[in-house]
Amino acid sequence: MKRFLAVFNTTAARLSSLYLILFTACAVFLVFYMTGSAERLLVRETRNAVAEEVLDLGQVYRRNGLRVLVREIDRRSRRPGANLYMIADNTGRILSGNVIALQPGVLDNEGWTTTPFVYARFGDEVDVIDDPEKAPHALAQVIVVNNGMRILVGRDLGEPQRFREIVRQALITALGVMAAGGFLIWFFVGRRALQRIDRVSAASARIVAGDLSGRLPVTDANDEFDRLSASLNTMIERISKLNDGLRDVSDSIAHDLKTPLTRLRNRAEAALSGSAEGTDYRAVLEDMIGEADQLIKVFNALLLISRVEAGFSKQTLDQVDLAAIAGEVSELYEPLVEDAGMTLVNAVEGPLPIAGNRELIGQAVTNLIDNAIKYGAKPEGRIVLSAERDAARRTVRLAVADDGPGVPDADKERVKGRFVRLDESRSKPGSGLGLSLVSAIMGLHGGELTLEDGDPGLKVVLSFPLSTA
Amino acid sequence: MKVLIIEDDVEAAAYLRKAMDEAGHTADVAHNGDDGFAMADTGVYDALVVDRMLPKRDGLSVISALRAKGDMTPALVLSALGEVDDRVTGLRAGGDDYLTKPYAFSELLARLEVLLRRQNGGEQETRYQVGDLVLNRLSHEVKRADQAIVLQPREYRLLEYLMRHSGQVVTRTMLLENVWDYHFDPQTNVIDVHISRLRSKIEKGFDRPLLHTIRGAGYMMRD
Repeated sequence: MKRFLAVFNTTAARLSSLYLILFTACAVFLVFYMTGSAERLLVRETRNAVAEEVLDLGQVYRRNGLRVLVREIDRRSRRPGANLYMIADNTGRILSGNVIALQPGVLDNEGWTTTPFVYARFGDEVDVIDDPEKAPHALAQVIVVNNGMRILVGRDLGEPQRFREIVRQALITALGVMAAGGFLIWFFVGRRALQRIDRVSAASARIVAGDLSGRLPVTDANDEFDRLSASLNTMIERISKLNDGLRDVSDSIAHDLKTPLTRLRNRAEAALSGSAEGTDYRAVLEDMIGEADQLIKVFNALLLISRVEAGFSKQTLDQVDLAAIAGEVSELYEPLVEDAGMTLVNAVEGPLPIAGNRELIGQAVTNLIDNAIKYGAKPEGRIVLSAERDAARRTVRLAVADDGPGVPDADKERVKGRFVRLDESRSKPGSGLGLSLVSAIMGLHGGELTLEDGDPGLKVVLSFPLSTA
Repeated sequence: MKVLIIEDDVEAAAYLRKAMDEAGHTADVAHNGDDGFAMADTGVYDALVVDRMLPKRDGLSVISALRAKGDMTPALVLSALGEVDDRVTGLRAGGDDYLTKPYAFSELLARLEVLLRRQNGGEQETRYQVGDLVLNRLSHEVKRADQAIVLQPREYRLLEYLMRHSGQVVTRTMLLENVWDYHFDPQTNVIDVHISRLRSKIEKGFDRPLLHTIRGAGYMMRD
């Protein structure tokens, strides 16, 4: 019952009941107006017909006298479907015509009868006039002739009355059907909407309770509920992603920062427990500062990744020249690469205008060259920066390729994760955050980071959407 | 020099003050934005170190209020927010330099000294000299003991920056910011390699080193 009442507690139900009331009012007005005016029209026609006949009979009387008139009336009253005729003497005794009984008093006044009266026609039972419900009604004109004889000419009102009855019945039936239909539609539509909202509420409740994998139900109808659910789902997806990111970060911090912190602590402990003279405190402290700085760098990188992933500085994307950035970064790194016994070749030709953040892209390219030096190293190795415009896919692809050992296909996706370091590189310095940052930066730019086979070596590709400007 | 530290973290402020004293400066401390503004407004300080997040009144509004009154005392903004856009807002509010927490004290000190020097001019000079090394900013010529030294454009800019701040510690981050205009931490010793190349060009064949490495801090040009 409560559920049933709840149906009425919806906007849909309130609106449809309002419409139903308005519609009923209109229909009732229509019924009365139509039947009323139709009846008036028919009554007027009846009167006209009677008046015409009276005029006609008047002429017969004036021209040929009473006797001919009586004969004429008698003749007319025998015609099938004839009007009503009656001739009575001054006492009211019926002399001729097709009316055999009348409502009393009809003949008393000359002229039009003011209201419809009941009568019985030749062939009907005389006592039919005792039951005004069933008896036929008529309108008539009464003429008093010189010797007190009364002539009544009238017409049955059955037709307009029947018509009024039919129209009224039809309209009342239609109204009934309409009301029932409206109620049914309102009930089912309201109930259906209510059920769907209930499902959405239930799903949201589960999500609020912490089950971020839950999604709101989407049907095939593609109506406004589905569109709402779909956009809410997109929102939940995003929240879930951010949430996962956060969890990843905290998990990673717990796992990967414990080691250097322990190392830091152990170093301090070892320095304290050693003999005071034999320990070079200054050197130990400097080491520890170095270690702490490294930790701070890791934290900064983590924070930067999170902030870039949260899309914080989308508004800071400007028109930048990718070729200029590649040039600056390769100029910055060239000496370092040479010191590592390798060659840095910048084959990027510009300008390559894109919408981007110069600092972040610079940092991304820096990270890639850093990686190439660290993990792609081999004697006489080459690190090549190149770029191409892919007009078909509307992207600009900036590639950093080395000719080192490369990354196995199985690990190409995995290495983008936070703190992921391949076994071969664990011995080398690094935090495992470089590519995660690059990946986050590419996400911010609406681009993509892909690792490809450089044949030999690794080719890391940054695809930026081509600037429309 | 006399420095005002506006920092709400009592421990950090005390540490900064002690370190300033040790570096031969005097420092006063204010723990909230209102006090900080009132003290800075006396105009007795050579430089301000302002934390961005402060109780009562945030650091950037303290600086912009001072600037609005025509007070141009150099201000170094400290912040836990280190992204590019934060830096831009910080500098737009009237800060002269921006340093992200956590920072090394040597970095802070080096930047403060540079801010003070900037205050005393030095940008307009057309010629820098350290020992027998001369850099002519008009002709872009570098000579040591009258011998011309050929430098790449970037090496020239590196040397120019170092010589403009001769006698001061210049950190690696400052070099990356001012010579390359990038504000991130390079992951490896990229700057060191550039320095060593520059060093070999200006010192090879000469006895006296001019470009010194300051351990734990950065570099310094000094005769």
